[in-house]
Amino acid sequence: MGSDSNAGLMATAYLSAGTSSFSEFLTSAAPELLPGAGGVSVPSGLARELPHGTTIVAAAFNGGVVMAGDRRATAGNMISQRDIEKVYRSDEYSCIGISGVAGIGIDLVRLYQVELEHYEKLEGRALSLEGKANRLAGIVRANLGGAMQGLVVVPLFAGYDTDEGVGRIFSYDVAGGRYEEQRFYSIGSGSVFARGALKKLYTDGMEASAAVLACMQALYDAADDDAGTGGPDPTRRIWPIVVTVTADGYQRLSEEESGSYAESVLNERMAQPDGPTSTLRLPGTESQ
Amino acid sequence: MPFYVSPEQAMKDKADYARKGIARGRSGVVIQYEAGILFVAPNPSRALHKISEIYDRIAFAAVGRYNEYEILRKAGVRYADLTGYQYDRQDVTARGLANWYAQTLGSIFTDSPKPFEVEIVVAEVAEAPAEDQIYRITFDGSVNDEHGYVAMGGQAEAIAVVLKEQYTDDMTLEGALATAIAGLAAQANGDQMNINASQLEVAVLDRTRDHRTFRRLTGARLESLLSEVEQARAARQSSSKQTATKQAEAESPGEQAGDQPSSGSTEQGNAESAPGGDGDQGSGGSDS
Repeated sequence: MGSDSNAGLMATAYLSAGTSSFSEFLTSAAPELLPGAGGVSVPSGLARELPHGTTIVAAAFNGGVVMAGDRRATAGNMISQRDIEKVYRSDEYSCIGISGVAGIGIDLVRLYQVELEHYEKLEGRALSLEGKANRLAGIVRANLGGAMQGLVVVPLFAGYDTDEGVGRIFSYDVAGGRYEEQRFYSIGSGSVFARGALKKLYTDGMEASAAVLACMQALYDAADDDAGTGGPDPTRRIWPIVVTVTADGYQRLSEEESGSYAESVLNERMAQPDGPTSTLRLPGTESQ
Repeated sequence: MPFYVSPEQAMKDKADYARKGIARGRSGVVIQYEAGILFVAPNPSRALHKISEIYDRIAFAAVGRYNEYEILRKAGVRYADLTGYQYDRQDVTARGLANWYAQTLGSIFTDSPKPFEVEIVVAEVAEAPAEDQIYRITFDGSVNDEHGYVAMGGQAEAIAVVLKEQYTDDMTLEGALATAIAGLAAQANGDQMNINASQLEVAVLDRTRDHRTFRRLTGARLESLLSEVEQARAARQSSSKQTATKQAEAESPGEQAGDQPSSGSTEQGNAESAPGGDGDQGSGGSDS
């Protein structure tokens, strides 16, 4: 790595007892590789012009969790990319979606992926889901300096808890605050609309396919009302990325599968542009 | 240090010291088969591994002093993860890692008063068996580029004789395991080596897998493999008594030195033939 003196320093760092955390190793051995602004001050207004990732939704279902993200990146009032990927595998039993400045977010995900695998290889066992969620909080907090300058990025983390046998969802704030969410959650510019939709569509103990459809409906509603969120694109055949995590591990839906869910939502909306409605019960009528 | 010690003498003393330490422990075998690379080492411990994953297609095997090769293993994981994070996953190669180990072990051998009592193998599985890479690195930093199979440890010579006799290209996993066990039996002074699943550490780099190819073979999977190996051996013995006696002769670990431990050594350091027939099989400080 680089010059000879640097190589000597690196050899010492590699051989030190150290911890099993890759980000801590980077901080001491090669801090310039950490995601973020790297101490450079960012002129105000610039951050706004960088590509931003938008809406991510997640919902727990019977025996796992689903996460889905739209494909749009926006820079100011421009669409900077139509097919960006914002939902990733973080390890065999978890996934991560990012919202905010795409450049830093993608690096943050890469660091987090290495972090989990690094721990697993050094310790010979994977972290607990709680441990993974806490570690991500530390990595998000490390970018607080960048966030203060407008380079805001927040992740949404979901995974299958192999001890409890359930899917769990964690959200974060820029200061590294970690909050466990119940049932479903969304982040990003269209998150308000997506969460409103999920609230009406979500039922406890729903099956995986129903949860995937609910997330797809929620993303459609987010794209419907938020300029930053992209809807399904049937002309270019670009569909939201949908992943599930269950006892069988991480699985990403194929383009065809995701497309079939998206097309069924599109077809339904041709007749009913506002999507499915829920039944209203007037006061005095029998429930059920 | 009141007395003058010539550099030649100092180096020789260090080499003798390291070689003796390595010879006290049990040996290990790395062998290619059609669908990957197999690692076998006698190891009663379930937690202190001699064989480990380094990266997607790279694994590490070591014999000697546990605390010392554990330092090297962790350094290897850090080296690989940092390289992969900085560049790309496909830029992490066994060649680069073997060079790094060679430099590090070489400088530890010359600079520090006590050399590392270890011998390690770094192997990378490729798309086709012909492109697989296996490197053996000894305590003084000399690297050997091996093909097909390699034995390491104090009795590597005796084991390599058996491996050379039985190894063929494109073996099955069962065939490779049988060959490895026959080789390891050569260090047991003619006694029947215990090939109980609880006494062996077995792992593979599986060519057919995507992403992380390293898999430990444990529990029921290993037991069924071992029973197949045992059945095949029994069948062979009953069908041809003559072959069996010949094999028994080859298995006795005499001073059949002069034979290089492998077929394809490209460079040989100052390693002389290790003392064969060292009866010490105890799990002393140098054995985990």
